Amino acid sequence: MKLGLVIDLDTCVGCHACATACKQWNTSGTIGPLADVEPYGKQPSGTWLNRIRTYEVGDTPASKTVHMPMSCLHCEDAACVTVCPTGASYKRDEDGIVLVDQDKCMGCNLCAWACPYGARELDAEQGTMKKCTLCIDRIYDEHLPAAERQPACVITCPTHSRLFGDFDDPDSTVSQVTRARGGRDLMPELGYRPTNKYLPPRSGKAVAAVKKNSLLTSVKDWVNKVISR
Amino acid sequence: MNPAFSVLMFTVASGAGYGLMSLLVLAQLLGLAPPAGGRNLWMPAGVALGLITLGLCASTLHLANPKNAWRAFACFRTSWLSREGVLAVLYYPAAMVYLGGFWVSGTVTPWVTASGLATVFLGLATLFCTGMIYASLKTIPQWHLPLTPVNYLLLGLMSGAVLLLALVGDTWSAVRLPYLCLLLIGVAALAKLAYFIRIGKPSGSSIQTATTFTRARVRLLDQGHTADGFLNKEFIFNLDTGHLVGLRSLAVVLAFIAPSTFIGLFARTGQDAFTVVAVASMLAGLLLERWLFFAEARHVVRLYHGDQTV
Ligand code: SF4
Ligand code: SF4
Ligand code: SF4
Repeated sequence: MKLGLVIDLDTCVGCHACATACKQWNTSGTIGPLADVEPYGKQPSGTWLNRIRTYEVGDTPASKTVHMPMSCLHCEDAACVTVCPTGASYKRDEDGIVLVDQDKCMGCNLCAWACPYGARELDAEQGTMKKCTLCIDRIYDEHLPAAERQPACVITCPTHSRLFGDFDDPDSTVSQVTRARGGRDLMPELGYRPTNKYLPPRSGKAVAAVKKNSLLTSVKDWVNKVISR
Repeated sequence: MNPAFSVLMFTVASGAGYGLMSLLVLAQLLGLAPPAGGRNLWMPAGVALGLITLGLCASTLHLANPKNAWRAFACFRTSWLSREGVLAVLYYPAAMVYLGGFWVSGTVTPWVTASGLATVFLGLATLFCTGMIYASLKTIPQWHLPLTPVNYLLLGLMSGAVLLLALVGDTWSAVRLPYLCLLLIGVAALAKLAYFIRIGKPSGSSIQTATTFTRARVRLLDQGHTADGFLNKEFIFNLDTGHLVGLRSLAVVLAFIAPSTFIGLFARTGQDAFTVVAVASMLAGLLLERWLFFAEARHVVRLYHGDQTV
């Protein structure tokens, strides 16, 4: 199995619900807690396993706002695993999930340095490395109804921009949608072969920019409007 | 990358220690040094092992969870950091057998030769591993270069030579230490200049490849958080480009030019004070050089935070 996510950049609205659900689930999950620094202070920050950044792509009027949620991409060539001296970081053979054993990590940060995608964050309180587990403590939990055996972010997303599944199975939804929509890798030139795929936005019509009107054309437009009524 | 003082201390101190010990042992084994005695063996060896130990202690300071540091020897087969740790620990018995052999027999026996060669090999290999920890990271184009381990090795040997000169003076007849120092400083300086030129080239990653939008302009609108977190603090260190030339020049002057000048003056006058000043200037210069090595390194995660290129 090769488990991972598909993220649809066409429909993601950047609401941060996935990140919040992730934090809520994982802070009491297998690698928790996800500590916060100054949560009620002036500069609250903390450990998050998923972050959403927003970009403007292209130039006005043909520009588009793209929200980009990023968590661990569970790379096939995961240098974060090979650089780890303690063996705390590992990639599971059975499903390709990359995990950090919190009992072995010494907090050297080297794996975070080796990750191109900013997917690993050192927990300031715990002193250990935290990262997305693909909700390993949900997806295999047989006490949950089958429909809920999915990562918290996927269940939560209000626009269904996140899909979870097995990329080794050519008939799975994630494989099909990746083929159909041309799912892409982030920074493919580094050769990490990330499992998670990003679906490009569908190309739509460019929205016309607001015309600058002279006084004369404004009056004409107004007259036309009045007459047509 | 945000420079962590403990790592700067660690790499400069242990680099100088391994360099000093390697040169000392090589000179003894090749018969270039006078017969081993207090000033010619025990004192410099003590300083070298002291520096190495100081460096290793400093290196544990930057671990957020040092109680698991002992586990770092586990992944010798894949991790350069683990290799560095294993070799650094094997170093002590090798150096102890070497020094003990001398102490017992007072001369170069086969045991001394074997353990001496092992000491030299392990010391230089540890330095190489330190360089490879950085050079192996594809995520940091300014580090992912063959010149990175070369610089670590050469700067270690160079600082070891200058320290050796300050400790034993120009008393070895078979090899003139001031000239050895000048030679090593020259080679190390050339390699560092080559490094500065090399990192001026842009890398293949950009905000376009990072976001998959390779056919349009991409601008960051929102980082998605209100206060800097781990990623910003660890990876985003902005060096004022206006200061870059000045800082690089200062590092070159302190680490290479001033020490060579003082060593030249020492060779002419024989005043020991000059070698002490040379060591002080060189160590300050190397700390600044190491600081720049981090400050100038631009991790690709910066692309997600709005940089157009790294
Ligand atoms: S995204 Fe980063 S942390 Fe996750 S597997 Fe890839 S390199 Fe490792
Ligand atoms: S921070 Fe922890 S998981 Fe990461 S490389 Fe160091 S020991 Fe391994
Ligand atoms: S929950 Fe869905 S729509 Fe909201 S930011 Fe996450 S992926 Fe985008």
